Parts: sequence; C-alpha cells; structure tokens
Amino acid sequence: MSTTTTTPAGRMMSLARAELTLLGRSKGTLFAALFVPLVLPLSVRSAAEEMDLAEAGLTPGELVLPAAVGFSLLFAVYSSLVGVYVVRREELVLKRLRTGELRDAEILAGSALPAVLTGLVQCLLLITGCTVLLDLSAPSAPHLAVLGLLLGLVISAALAAFTASWTRTGESAQVTPMPLLIVSMLGSGMFVPLELFPDRLASVCELLPLTPVVSLVRGGWTGDLTAGESLRALTIALAWTVLAVFAVRRRFRWEPRR
Amino acid sequence: METNGLEHVIEVTGLRRVYGGGFEAVRGIDFTVRRGEIFALLGTNGAGKTSTVELLEGLAPPAGGQVRVLGHDPYTERAAVRHRTGVMLQEGGFPSELTVAETARMWAGCVSGARPEREVLALVGLASRTDVRVKQLSGGQRRRLDLALALLGDPEVLFLDEPTTGLDAEGRHDTWELVSALRDAGTTVLLTTHYLEEAENLADRLAIMHDGRIAVTGTPAEVTATEPSRITFDLPDGYHLGDLPPLGPMGVGDHTVDGRTVRLRTRDLQRSATELLVWARDAGVELRRLDVRSASLEEAFLTIAKDASAPAPHGATTEEYAA
Repeated sequence: MSTTTTTPAGRMMSLARAELTLLGRSKGTLFAALFVPLVLPLSVRSAAEEMDLAEAGLTPGELVLPAAVGFSLLFAVYSSLVGVYVVRREELVLKRLRTGELRDAEILAGSALPAVLTGLVQCLLLITGCTVLLDLSAPSAPHLAVLGLLLGLVISAALAAFTASWTRTGESAQVTPMPLLIVSMLGSGMFVPLELFPDRLASVCELLPLTPVVSLVRGGWTGDLTAGESLRALTIALAWTVLAVFAVRRRFRWEPRR
Repeated sequence: METNGLEHVIEVTGLRRVYGGGFEAVRGIDFTVRRGEIFALLGTNGAGKTSTVELLEGLAPPAGGQVRVLGHDPYTERAAVRHRTGVMLQEGGFPSELTVAETARMWAGCVSGARPEREVLALVGLASRTDVRVKQLSGGQRRRLDLALALLGDPEVLFLDEPTTGLDAEGRHDTWELVSALRDAGTTVLLTTHYLEEAENLADRLAIMHDGRIAVTGTPAEVTATEPSRITFDLPDGYHLGDLPPLGPMGVGDHTVDGRTVRLRTRDLQRSATELLVWARDAGVELRRLDVRSASLEEAFLTIAKDASAPAPHGATTEEYAA
C-alpha cells in the first residue's frame, strides 16, 4: 500500500485547483470579479475631475489606483468569495470536505485561493494601467503598498468567510456583501479621500476595514504617510483580521440549516 | 481492546446528540464494531442513524458519552483518524459544475495514499462517465461517485450512510458485491440503510434504532429470532377455528382471525406447520392462500416501527426492547 501522506499545502492546492476550474465556469462570478473592478476606476477618474485634488495633495493617479485596488478587493475577492462559501455550503461540499483530512482552516483558505489570486493579478494589472494611462509615478514607499495589498487580500477573504457565516442561501449572498461594499466605497477613501471629510467623520471612517488598506496603498505611492500613521493603519487592519478570524472560528456554519 | 481475539474498531458508549433547538436525536446508545465486520444501523426516518454516523465520522462532538474509532476520538483527535477512514455522506456534496474526473482528482489530492482515480471510478462503474459534469449524473451515479471517493484512500474503516438509496436493483447488487469484497479484504464497514434486504444480505451484525435508541442488536439471525414465524391461511368452508387441533400443543403462541383468514404466530415453525398440514390432509380439506414464513428482519423491524407511530413517541416504549 502506498504511504504518501498529504500535506496541508498539497491539500489546499488540490482544493484551490478545483475551485479555480469552478470560477472559470461561473459566468456571473467571473463577470463581477473581472469586469467590474476594471471598469469602476473610470468612474472614480471622472469624479476626480470634479474634486479639488490639490487640497488633498493628490494626483489623479494617486486617487484612482487605491480606489481601483479597493474595488478589486471588494468585488473580485470579498463578494465573490461570500458566494463561493455559501454555495459550497448549500451543495454540502464543505461538509463533505470536513469528513476528510483537510482541516477547517485549510478548507476556507484553499477555497479562497483562486479569488485571492484573481484579486492580486487584477491589482498588478491596475497598477500597470494607472502607471501607463494616468502618468502615475513609481511608488515612494513600495513596502507600504505591498503590505497594504497583502493585508487587503487577507482581510477581504476573512470578512467574506464572516459574511458567509450568516448568509443562508446563494441568493442572499448577492445581497449580504452590499453593506460592506457601500460603506467601503463611501467611507474608506475610495471615491473621496478622507482628507476632504470633516475631521470627526474622517476619524470614524479611519476605523473601517478597508480604510487602512487604501491608506497604505496610497501612502505607498505618495510617500507622505508618517511612521505613526502607517502603524495606526497596520494596527487597524490587523485588528479587523483577528476579529474576522475569531468570529469565523466561532460562527462559521459548515452545513445548511435543517 | 481485545474481545474474542477481535479488535473493536468502533466503540460507542452512552452516546448522545442534542441539536441546537434542544432536540435529542441520539439518546444514549452503545455498540461495538469489530475489525473486518459489516455493521448495519437500521431504522425508520428520524430514528437517529445519520446523527449517530456523523458523530462517528467526527463531524460534531457528542453531547454525552464517548466514541472511539481505531482507538481515537474522531472529533478531538481527527488527525489520528481521518487518513484511515472513508466516508460516504447521505447526500452528495460535490460542486455541480465539476466533472467526475475533476471531482475525483480534487479529492485524491486530499487523501493520503490515494489510489489512481481511474481505478476507483472503474470499480464503481463510472469509468465511462469521467468527463460528465456532476450535475448531469443520475442520482444513482452520484451515489457511486460518492462511494468511489470514500474508497480512494483504501480506508480501514468505511462509513456508508445509505449507500444504495437511489440506485436501481442492479446498481444495488453491484454495491453489495463491492462492499462484501471490501469486508473480505479486511475493511470494517458501518452502514445505515432503509433497506432490510440490504442489512440481511450484507451485515454481519446490525442494530435497529428507534427514537434515538437502539431497540435491538445482534446478528441478522439473532434479531429475527426475537420474532415468531407466521402461518397464514383461509379456513375451509364450513370449518371453524375450534375444528383445528389445539393450538398450544402445536407450538402456536398466538393467533388472529380476520374473516376467514387465520394468522398463527409460532416459535416452532416446523412443528406447527406439520401439525396443521397433517390435520388438513386427514380432514381432506384444502387450506387456500396458505403462506408459511419464518421470521424475517422485516417483521422485527415493523414491530419496532409500529411503536414509532404509537401515541407515546418518546422514551417509555423503547425500554422493553433494550433487553
């Protein structure tokens, strides 16, 4: 008898591969994940023309790119993953997977991998696009941008699992991601930089889950984020990640309700 | 751990399962399954079979009592157990848009010591369906795909929750042969089923569950022995029950008369039948619609299931079966 034992990485890759095949076959998800994040930045661009960007000290590219990264995280990663988790639960796939050697965290991570990769590739494309089309200069603090992007991917996946914990059906999975989508688009500095917000409102909006991601990416390009500001953003981002992971561990439902 | 030289692969003691709403689906059950044995859990719908199997599979922690699979707790020590068990859930659990081959490949990547997928798919008769999407499979084919996945890792212990539901007669027989062959090769199998025939054909030992408890347990022969055999016939015209030889000395335990139809219940079928037939020959009468049958699992099952529809569904009635 063969004695090849599986490894966590091997198991997750196997699951991710199947999930990638499924992503390719799901036209709706594919459209939302690929098309929307690439088109929405255009609307930010037109919004940017009506804004006094100079007051915020930003070039159009510095407004559009972090917004584009945000869209990508929200649509390609967050909302499509909510659907993936909920539909797999409905199909009893999650329950099936739990009967095997995969651990719970591996199931969630493996299923998330294709969406996370899509988000990553999209962000790289958007960076290239903004650099070429909007004369975006090279980032002044690339480490912050990289950190922001990676944290963004992790937060989006973790929040997707959290949202899926209380989403019952594939249909409601079209709706339940909406609150975070809207709040993030309005309040996380994607359309309008927080610098243009009233101070009190801005300090609340700073605590939203995607705000630190947008700030870190933007700061990565402008280079005008102080060490304190960076640390603050990192702390908020990590706090959301820990919170989401904790909530998922406690609340995630692996089977449809009876 | 060792009894009669046979290792107990599954040990269940005082097992209880309570769902969120407070519903107690499993109410304290005990049984053991020995290595290389097929053990069947029978029961009506809602008897607690699936709830029990899920605890054995380690999908949920018990509300009380203990489960040991291969000497480990399948929930808290899952890593020690999972690579040695194969599970077939009551319902699929496959992404509908993957093909059979893709599904098997995905699962193979998650199973230690996986056999080649094609080999296992061929074993369950799906070799010609590898490029078909799961959503296009018939219910029976899905059951067989599920069985294939459960077998991928050559498990020592196999949990099959209603393995043949949705299969046609031929598919059912194929599955029985496959499961028997696995048992002969040393695999321990725990299965649940609605089909009494399945348990009778396949199981070395079985337990009939009712209302969250085990009502009877034993080999199929032992379980059927708890029930009397039956003789049914129509009384010849002009004859009355009193014209028959005395029932007691014939070995008949009790009887019912429904119009002209007489039903005798006996624990000594050969004696009762002989006495009856000798009487009929000597009297020169024909016993129309004569039916002589030994106790079957079906009868044992129906006796227990009858109480499921009786007015007091909880507790009380099950105690008398516990002995």
